[in-house]
Amino acid sequence: MAGKRATNTYLERHNAVPTKAKAASSEDMIVATSLTKTYGDFVAVDGVNFTVRRGESFGLLGPNGAGKSTTMKMIAATSQRTGGELSILGKDPNTQGPEIRAHLGVVPQQDNLDRELKVWENLMVYGRYFGLSRKWLKGKIEELLDFAQLVDKRNAKTEELSGGMKRRLTIARGLVNEPEILLLDEPTTGLDPQARHILWDRLFRLKEQGVTLVITTHYMDEAEQLCDRLMVMDKGKIMAEGSPAELIKKYSSKEVLEVRFGSDNNLTVADKLKGIGERLEVLPDRILIYAESGEKCLEQIVKLGLEPVTSLVRRSSLEDVFLRLTGRTLVE
Amino acid sequence: MSMNVRAEQKMTWTGAAKLVDPQVSIRFGAFFVAENRLRNMAKWWLSIIAFGLGNPSLYLLSIGIGVGSLVDSSLGPNAIDHVSYLTFLAPALLASAGIQGALDEVTWPTLEGFVWDRTFFSMNATSITGKQIVSGILMAAMARCVLQVFLYELCLLAFGAISWQSIPILLLVSATAGFGFSAIMLAFSASIKDDDGVFALVGRFIITPMFMFSGTFYPITSMPIYLQWIGWISPQWHATNLGRALSYGSPVETWLIVIHWSLMLVLAVIGITWAHRVFESRLAK
Repeated sequence: MAGKRATNTYLERHNAVPTKAKAASSEDMIVATSLTKTYGDFVAVDGVNFTVRRGESFGLLGPNGAGKSTTMKMIAATSQRTGGELSILGKDPNTQGPEIRAHLGVVPQQDNLDRELKVWENLMVYGRYFGLSRKWLKGKIEELLDFAQLVDKRNAKTEELSGGMKRRLTIARGLVNEPEILLLDEPTTGLDPQARHILWDRLFRLKEQGVTLVITTHYMDEAEQLCDRLMVMDKGKIMAEGSPAELIKKYSSKEVLEVRFGSDNNLTVADKLKGIGERLEVLPDRILIYAESGEKCLEQIVKLGLEPVTSLVRRSSLEDVFLRLTGRTLVE
Repeated sequence: MSMNVRAEQKMTWTGAAKLVDPQVSIRFGAFFVAENRLRNMAKWWLSIIAFGLGNPSLYLLSIGIGVGSLVDSSLGPNAIDHVSYLTFLAPALLASAGIQGALDEVTWPTLEGFVWDRTFFSMNATSITGKQIVSGILMAAMARCVLQVFLYELCLLAFGAISWQSIPILLLVSATAGFGFSAIMLAFSASIKDDDGVFALVGRFIITPMFMFSGTFYPITSMPIYLQWIGWISPQWHATNLGRALSYGSPVETWLIVIHWSLMLVLAVIGITWAHRVFESRLAK
């Protein structure tokens, strides 16, 4: 629900100021052409093509080892590509790394805050790396502390902060230079639901501010909440690309019916269910039926004289798309 | 139903394109790294000062004055180099203080930067390059080294071991030793995956022997020839011998003086070149 609302607000904002915003939104921030990264014989990223435009919120999805983080490091201009072309803010990261990084914000997978320094000092030293003046930074730090909801923790040492607070501080730190593109590598991994929701709220505010976001995640709800466009990667390659809604439409059905007949019976019952719905998936504990209408399928099942122990009709989600694209044996 | 609404100030936003001039960091990045290190060091200022003053005082009392009075009474006054034992010892203690001071700022902080806090990766996420981190760390290490040597000099001056005129030259010599050795140790520290007691081994098998066998307590020539090589590869000996020559005029041939300076600087060049390579490859992973 919230994901849909996010997309609408984003579109409304862009449609409200048609000429200027449209021209700006067509500006390419990141262009990758046959982008490749190999480590010896291992191909981490295998000739991928994608473009990220200004103001867009772009998500990289994929299981562990899919090549998301490697792609991120190349976009962050810290790890050099071994093949293909990559342009970030119109520059080549292999030769203009420092120039590009001056205009990027990076939130790494692992927090790398300075433990010895206080919360505000972490923001100060980071701002200094960009050559920003102490005087200007003082004002900016106040804004960032407010944004990260860490005003009360200003003088705390970072090791005293909770996981969620550290993450918010890391995001605030990544914003100190008011970046053109903010790169977030698994921003909410390891956080509790409250902390995740606060973070999503903060990131959504940035999106509204017009900051281009590139996010890697393996949480589908996060991708639906935050991303306008997604790229699903597996084994270094792109499996699919599009908006969350487009991907669901293309790779899944409108609804999913989940029925359970007991672990021992699922496989035998599945044979009888063939032909119901668009696609059938038998899991050890339940059977998934992908269809336009889950209710109608359930009626058909009952007509066959079968009585599921439990049944559930739900809307198809990005998770269904993800699992279909990146693995789980399919029975069609 | 409860509802939390928080009034928030809107963030001002100029945008990096206008706000950040990449050339500033490209030129001065190393200074920003040093600034961060100094800020970190400031958290430990009391320990640094206490260590800087406490260590030399103990050495001066036990070796300089204790052993010194034994040497002077058994060999007669001014038996070595025509100066008191304390004066003979002073340049060696200063070289050691210079090396130790710089060493503390290149070993643990490097492990912290690559392994524990991964702060080097956060620096490198900005315009800062691996080479600039190397320079910044060395700058801060040299600040600590100079401070530590200077405090030591004040102690030595108070004990009458050195003259005030020799303060600048001894400071330069000891800092050069610290520079050469810490550059090598910076590269070494950047090469190790985790501590695993490596630094303790370095302390026991490199730093301590270097201190013991580098003509610190007696002229290197009084050691058996098969131990003298330790002195030759050790910045401690080069700085000690040089310091003795330049502070109170211990007889040292000109060619040897040139060798002393050159060797310490060669160590620095090797260390920095090696560190650049290790930093750049490790940050790119």
